This record gives sequence, C-alpha cells and structure tokens, in this order.
Amino acid sequence: MSSDSVAIGNARTLRRDAWWLQPVLTVAGLTAFIVYTTWAALVNEHYYLAPYLSPFYSPCLSSTCRHVTWALFDWPFSPAILILWAPAGFRVTCYYYRKAYYRSFWFSPPACAVRDGHATYTGETRFPLLVQNLHRYFFYVATLVVLFLWWDAILAFRFSAGGGGYEFGMGVGTLVLLANAALLSLYSFSCHSCRHLCGGGLNLLSEAPFRYKLWLKISRLNEHHMLYAWISLAGVMLADLYVRLLSMGYITDLRIF
Amino acid sequence: MAGPYETHEYDVIVIGAGGAGLRAAVEASAQGVKTALICKSLLGKAHTVMAEGGIAAAMGNIYPEDNWKVHFRDTMRGGKLLNNWRMAQIHAQEAPARVLELEEWGALFDRTPDGRILQRDFGGHRYARLAHVGDRTGLEMIRTLQQHAVHKGIDVYMECTIARLLKDGDRVAGAFGYWRESGRFVAFTAKAVVLATGGIGKAWKITSNSWEYTGDGIAMALDAGADLIDMEMVQFHPTGMVWPPSVRGILVTEGVRGDGGTLKNSEGKRFMFNYIPEFFKAETAETEKEADAWYEDKKNRRTPDLLPRDEVARAINAEVKAGRGTPHGGVFLDIASRRSADYIQKRLPSMYHQFKELAGVDITKEPMEVGPTCHYVMGGVRVDADTTATTVPGLFAAGEVAAGLHGANRLGGNSLSDLLVFGRRAGLYAAEYAKKFTGAVKAGVDQLASVEHELLTPFNHHGGENPYSIHMDLQECMQNLVGIIRTESDLKKALGEIARLKQRLTRASVEGHRQYNPGWHLAMDLHALLEVAETCTLSAIERKESRGGHTRDDYPKADPSFGKINLVTRKKNGALSITPEPLPEMPGELKQLIEEQK
Amino acid sequence: MAGRQFIMQVWRGDAAKGSFQEYRVPAAEGMVLLDVIHAIQATQAGDLAVRWNCKAGKCGSCSAEINGKPRLMCMTRMNSLNTDEPITVAPMKSFPLIRDLVTDVSFNFEMAKRVPAFKPRPKGPDGTHRMQQEDIDRVQEFHKCIECFLCQNVCHVIRDHEDNKKHFAGPRLFVRYAALEMHPLDTNDRRELLKDKMGLGYCNITKCCSEVCPEHIKITDNAIIPLKERVVDEFYDPLARWLRKLTAKGS
Repeated sequence: MSSDSVAIGNARTLRRDAWWLQPVLTVAGLTAFIVYTTWAALVNEHYYLAPYLSPFYSPCLSSTCRHVTWALFDWPFSPAILILWAPAGFRVTCYYYRKAYYRSFWFSPPACAVRDGHATYTGETRFPLLVQNLHRYFFYVATLVVLFLWWDAILAFRFSAGGGGYEFGMGVGTLVLLANAALLSLYSFSCHSCRHLCGGGLNLLSEAPFRYKLWLKISRLNEHHMLYAWISLAGVMLADLYVRLLSMGYITDLRIF
Repeated sequence: MAGPYETHEYDVIVIGAGGAGLRAAVEASAQGVKTALICKSLLGKAHTVMAEGGIAAAMGNIYPEDNWKVHFRDTMRGGKLLNNWRMAQIHAQEAPARVLELEEWGALFDRTPDGRILQRDFGGHRYARLAHVGDRTGLEMIRTLQQHAVHKGIDVYMECTIARLLKDGDRVAGAFGYWRESGRFVAFTAKAVVLATGGIGKAWKITSNSWEYTGDGIAMALDAGADLIDMEMVQFHPTGMVWPPSVRGILVTEGVRGDGGTLKNSEGKRFMFNYIPEFFKAETAETEKEADAWYEDKKNRRTPDLLPRDEVARAINAEVKAGRGTPHGGVFLDIASRRSADYIQKRLPSMYHQFKELAGVDITKEPMEVGPTCHYVMGGVRVDADTTATTVPGLFAAGEVAAGLHGANRLGGNSLSDLLVFGRRAGLYAAEYAKKFTGAVKAGVDQLASVEHELLTPFNHHGGENPYSIHMDLQECMQNLVGIIRTESDLKKALGEIARLKQRLTRASVEGHRQYNPGWHLAMDLHALLEVAETCTLSAIERKESRGGHTRDDYPKADPSFGKINLVTRKKNGALSITPEPLPEMPGELKQLIEEQK
Repeated sequence: MAGRQFIMQVWRGDAAKGSFQEYRVPAAEGMVLLDVIHAIQATQAGDLAVRWNCKAGKCGSCSAEINGKPRLMCMTRMNSLNTDEPITVAPMKSFPLIRDLVTDVSFNFEMAKRVPAFKPRPKGPDGTHRMQQEDIDRVQEFHKCIECFLCQNVCHVIRDHEDNKKHFAGPRLFVRYAALEMHPLDTNDRRELLKDKMGLGYCNITKCCSEVCPEHIKITDNAIIPLKERVVDEFYDPLARWLRKLTAKGS
C-alpha cells in the first residue's frame, strides 16, 4: 500500500526517464574532443599541407612553424599552445558549456530534479569560478582567432602553380576550412556576451535602431548557441583531422577546379 | 478583544485580493490608515489573473472620438438600462486615469506605433477601447497591484478564509475566519471592512470560475444585514471550451472575436446575423460582406459576432438546441481562416497555448469548439455609487461582489476597469470612514463561540454527507434549472432542491483533521454557496421578463415596468425576502446620451 | 478508454511523516492530472490537500512533481504519461511540507519583499509615458510569469542546499529583477544588490528553471544571463569601466 515514508526526502530523484543519458553523452563527446585536441596540439606535426593549415595551429605565431602566419618569436614547443588557450578559454567560460560540464562532469546537478552530487555549493561566487565573468574577454580574443581562420580559408584558394607561382583554385580542403570558419563564426557571434554587448545591455533599444536590429539577429542565433557549440566543436576537430590525414598521406585532396 | 483566538487589529481590512481588493488596500494604505489584506489563496492567484481581453477605458488612443460619454452609453445599453447610472458615469470617467496609474506602477500594456497604449475591440464597445497585454491582461494587472501593495508594506494574510463578519450593534466591526494551513481560527477587528470577494460561479457546473468563487462576500453581507440587488443577473460567457470534458467551461477570451474570430454552426454558416435584436439593429452589420468590411475599417457597422455577451450566449444556445451544434455540443469559433498564424500567436498567445495543450487543437489552423459558460454575476451587494458603502455602516464592497454598475449584463472589459475604479473608491472611503470613527472597536466575542461550533460541526459527524457530492448536486441543479434559459417551474424545482441540499449540509461530515483540509473548507464554503444559489433563484422567479443575463422562457420579452426596478434581497430573522424597488432616476442629459443613435 | 483505471501514487503526509498512497481512478477522456486528484478528493480522500485555482495554466497554483518532474498538474494531460505504470505525485521538494501536496512557499514571497521597487522616470509632456513596443517586448516575456515557483523548486542551488536560501533569490526573482532592470521607465539600479545579496553568482546556468517553466519563459537565456552580463559591466569589466569613465568625462 505505501512505500518508504522518507522517499521524497532522501531519494536521489523520483524521475523514471533516462535522465542520465544526456550527461553520459556530454561526457563522451567532450572527453573525446579533449583527448583528441590535446594530442593533436602537442604532436606538433602534420598540421599543414599547402594550402591548408589546421585550425589548431592558426594563427601560427612562432618562426618555427611549418606555415608561419605571423612570426613573433622562436617558440620551442608546439605553436598550437600559443593559440589554443584562447578558444579553449572561450569555450570553458561559455554559458552553454558551463551548463554542460557543471551537469555532466560536476553533477551539480546531473539533471533537473536529480540530487546535486555535492554537499555544499557556492556556485560562481568565488575564485576560481569567479573567472567565468571574464567570458567577454575570451570572446574578444576568440573572435580574433576566427578572423585568422577566415584568412586561412581564403589562403586555401591559393594553390602552388607549376612554375613556382600561385593559382586560384578550390579543393575539398578549401570547403572544409570555409565550413570550419563559418561554424566557428556562428558559434562566436551567437554568444551570450556578444548578444549583451551588441544591444542587450541597453534599456531603450528603440533609441539605437542599428544595435536593436543587430541584437534581434544575434538573439535569434543565440537560441541555437548549444547546437552551434557542438557542430563547431565537431567541425574544428574534423578540419584538423582532414589536414592531418592529408599531410600524413593517408588521403589525397580532391581538387574541384 | 479577549478570547482564545489569534486576534489582529486594523483600521481597515480588505477581504479578497483580486484586482478590487488589492486596489482598495493600496488606496486605504495610501490614506494613512492601518490596512490588512486577507485572501483565501496565495497572493496573486485570485480570479483576476484569468481575465484575458483587457481593461475598458475611453482613452481615445485609437479613435479620438471615444470619450467617457460613449463608454457610459455603451455600458448602459449593454446592461439593458438596469445599471446604476451614477456608477456607470463614474466608471466611464475614471477608468482612463486608473489605467495610466497602473503604468506608473510598472505595468506594460501593448503599444501603438506612437508609443501610447494600444486598445482592442470588444463586444458592445463602440470603439476599440480595451487596454491590454496580449490575452493576459488580468495577470499584468494583478501582478502590478500585488507588487505595488508589497512595496507599500501592506500586511497580507494569505490562505486565510473569512467565514463571518463581526458586528457591533448595527455596525460592522471586524471579521472571523480560519487559516487554511492550520485550521486555526483568527479574528480581525476593524473600523471598516471592504468586501472584494468576487462572484458565485462555482454554483454552476459549467463555469469559468475557480474554486474560490463561492459567494462568501455576498452571503456574509446578507447575513450582516446588507441589501443585495439583481441577484438573478448571471452572465454566461458565450465562449467557453466544450471539449474535452475535463476542460469544459474554461474561458475563451472575447478577444478572439475582437481580433477577427467568427462564430459558425455545424453547417459552416455565420449564424449571428439571424440573432440581431431590435435594440442593436442600427449599429450592427446585416450581411457577411458588411461585417467583413468592419474588420478593415472600424467606421463600418460592427459584426454581430461582437454583440453583448447575453445576446451571443443565447444565440449559441439556440443553435445547439436546433441541432446545428458541433459534435460536442458547442459551435465553431474560427479565427484561422481570417488571420495568419503569426498574428494569432502574437495577439492570443495564451489561447493558442490553452487549446494546444488541453484540447490538442491548433487554433491557427482549425476552428475552436465553444459554448456558453457561467462567468460573472452582475448582481450582488447593493452599494452607494460614489462611496461603495453598503447598507451596513462600516461595510464597503467593490468588484464583482458589488452590484449596480453592469445592470442586467456586463460588457467585456468593464470588469477590470470596475475593479480599479471602485476598488480605489472603496479603499478611499473605507479609510475616510475609519478616520472619522472614534471610540473603541468592539466586536462581540460572544458571537464567536457559536460560529466556531457551527464551523467545526462536520468533524463531529461520521459517515454523513460528502461535501463534494453536495457541491456536485448543487452545480447540477443550478446548471439545469437556473441556467441561461429559465422557467418558473424549473426555478421552483430548484428552490426545493436547494432546500434539500441545505438539509444535507447540516449532516455533512469530513475526514481527517483541521490542517489544510479541502473537504472541510468546501463544507464551510457551501453555506455561502447555497445561500447565494437560493437568492439567485428567488430573484429569478420574481423577475417575470427577459433582460440581459436573465432569460425566461415563459416571459420571453423585456417588460418596461421591470426595466425600472431592482429586485432587492434582504434577510431578516433567517428569512429571505425579495422586494422590487425603483432604480435611481437618471438626469436628463445622461438619458439623452443613451438615446443618441449612431 | 472504458473500464480503464489510472493507478496513482500520491504523497500523503505532513512535515513529520508521510508516504505514497495508492489510489485507483476510472479514466475518462481528456483528463489532466488535476482532474484525477480531484476525483480522488471527491470520492476517496476528502481531506487530500492540494492547491489549485484556475485549472487552465494561468494562476500557477497546482505545482507538483509528477513522476519526479516538476510540472503543473492542470497542464499535465494523462495521455502524455505512461499510464500502464503507477504515476507518482509528490509535493515540491524545495519548500517545507505543510500537508500532502501543499508546501509552504513563503520563501518566495519573502524574497519578493526585498526587491527594490519600480521607480519610474518622470512622465512626458502630455502627462503619460510614451513607450515603444520594441522596448517592452522582452520585458513582457518576463511579465508572463504565473508564479508557480516550479523554477524555484527545481533550482538545485536551494533544492539541494537549504542554507543557500539566505542569500539566493532564485530564478523567479531573477526574472522579476530582469523585468525591472530592463523596464524602459525604471530608474533604479539593482546590480550591486544582485551580486552581493541576491546570489546571482550562485546560478551556474544549468537551465533547469527554463526546462520546467510552464510559460516557456527563457529564464536563463533572457533573464539570468543578461543580468550576469550587466553585473559584469559594472564590477568585472575594467575596460568597460574605463570607457564609461571616459565618456562620462567627455559629456
């Protein structure tokens, strides 16, 4: 007739659906990405095959680069390290990824109406999580990086010609880099901080018609921020993988013209 | 006051925290008197949140021709001239200021392109007049007032039901009730009491009203010696949901018709053209083509879909009876064929939501099925037009519990404005009364022991009547016998049934204990509900004509001699009496306003 | 549907003790969960405590946890649930239990008292406030809130950490703060209060509030995050601060 009388107080949850599925998928997805990226960034080779530069190594700021974007100094380690902190920081402080990892890695909470995995909780009120408030600065640098990725995508139209010069052309790799830059742009410009800076911070939107329109557009993008976060994540990984496999000689690039 | 009860002392207590109660409390407190607000539910849950369409106020933002005189005329004509003219005048004159005041307190109404408050068309209103927020105007209003009241530091007693008014001689001196949470009794002494307890819709089976609408205020006022008027005047809103059964009665806003929805029978015919009464012929379109032109330019004659609610409800009732109803016993309300999905979702978001989630109907693609639902009581406690004072000294009433403004039929949108205009006046004059009052407030404690005994009786019976069954039987009785169309024999049958239900109530028993016990609460509410059901039926028997919310099959025409009288209900020594009394005489210049045809 | 029954496991009890009780209710077409609860009340347990008012999703009274998910009982259609199994109905977990399905939600009302009031700018020359629809659209979304407190209930900051109630206003109140902060007429600044006293920083944007909102208000995206960004403007962004100073001096 009756079940345990303390059930509602002590049960982790009364939910019966597969609430654990989402955190499991998130952990799997993010872990796969982190492992791959760490390896790809540290391996310091197979990141360039003319005219394609892997996005993990762009912009390449060390004079030791196989393809120097902008030589600032001699850097003995993988040049990816000089760059990756920016997009990584952008993603780590991103309002969507915060939700994703707080839920799935930190169990805080693992799912809605499922008990928090920790006895105490102070949220983002203290260091180090207070740093999440610097998201907009990461947005600034990450956007700069995206600009370089567009530059790389443009350079990916420039193929070596027979006589030592260059010719205009397009390969599958060109499309890969273009798609990568586009997806990362969608992700960057659908960012909540960007939305705020473009117009969300205003109380009287009607008095700033341009920013109002911009805010409306970004708001619409922002609704899909999570989607862009995942597909751009997969996209950048696949772009690196494509360049890497080309450079390792496992596949050959198909020239479209 | 001595006694074993938790007791609080105030200058003014306001019973009921819907629009009228909140506005009254805000006003009384602003007058500098110690004020308490007492409500049966949590703050902000009162029935006002259900109001959808808007607040009628002749601001003239869309049609500069609109002004209080036109609003006054519309209200009087809609009420079939049974209204208290002075209330209708004050209401029309003060409504715009009350709306603007809400804005000053943070409300955000939909806007015109030049930044003013947008106004919407509604049944019986000559011009687009309803200030609104999509179709959730009541929510905006109650939240604004609630937050304003909270910031003013007014004491609020939530989930506290008042069961009786306390008196000191002829005067009202406080109130007695119980905390729903604990079941403990609590007494309030006050120099003045404002009733803002709403209506009586829970006496009917198909109703748009929530459980709170049990007529407590009306019954308490009657018991305290106050006059009631027009208790036979009950409004059946023409458009309530009819399917599925569990949502039957839930309101479908008149805004659907104001924004382009039309009524059709099962043959797909717009039947309202067959039901235009003589009284409204001059201002109503006669053909579909003419009616369609009105949607484009409001200078044309209006579509009959927007006739006053009593006319539309009767028409739907007649169509269904003639076998031209929908499979579930309603008629079709179609907005999808006139308006785009975007427009509908923007203008009627909660209707869209409500049909989608509760009936699985997409109103941007399919017609709704609708039928009449008990919605509002025009009758209630008789009040002085200017001060809202009842006939009992110290007792004031505002909102649905009070009577007079709406006459025989209320126009849509006039309720929210009523709450604001007369809520404020109730607070103002109650505060004034309290300030003038000198001497000690003495609420006889001796009254309480017997009240307590009476309220606790259901716990002493075992295996007696189930209050839920009594309630269901009452709803069945009122629905079938005191519904939209009435006859003397049905009404007399209803009286007999109500008497039997009263008997059964004396044997009601409840299980469990006093803490948050809905069965017990219902048993106590039933006292009021049965009493208002009885007054409504008695009054309905006496009004031998058809007018507004009261339609008699045996007297199908309006009778001019009844058009000059209110039916007054009084209770003396436990016996109810109904007395016809003449309406207040209207000044000539106002009479002229009403007769002007255009 | 004839002859079918719903098997309900309804929490009965008070702060001291309680348990799930089983009830069987005949199924009828179109029923919502609140109908089933009412049927239990009318025929089997007259004293079953439950809050409700409008039964149309507009008043926000009948919040509960149905099969563990916070929802409004009146907007939960029975045919949306798996009725082959028993259906559990429990009170909101984050608030002290009064009885059965009724909880003490006064925390929310206390927090509402602490919101600094709306303070409008002066009226225009015609004695009214002119406002543009584009300035009020986003605030109107917040005004849709029906105060069902499901967002407060599901928020793990207080659901699982009772002690945080002292310094965390909760999603419902953040929606209210956002409505005031973005109100085109309001002149109060509540950012410091939000940061220091109302615990905006406790929110880790895990979005459960948005998931349970019956009015589909995008609480996290449209209210909380924009508030966080406004707090950043004021307290964590030296660049913005410096720019503000510069422009303030210039004007």
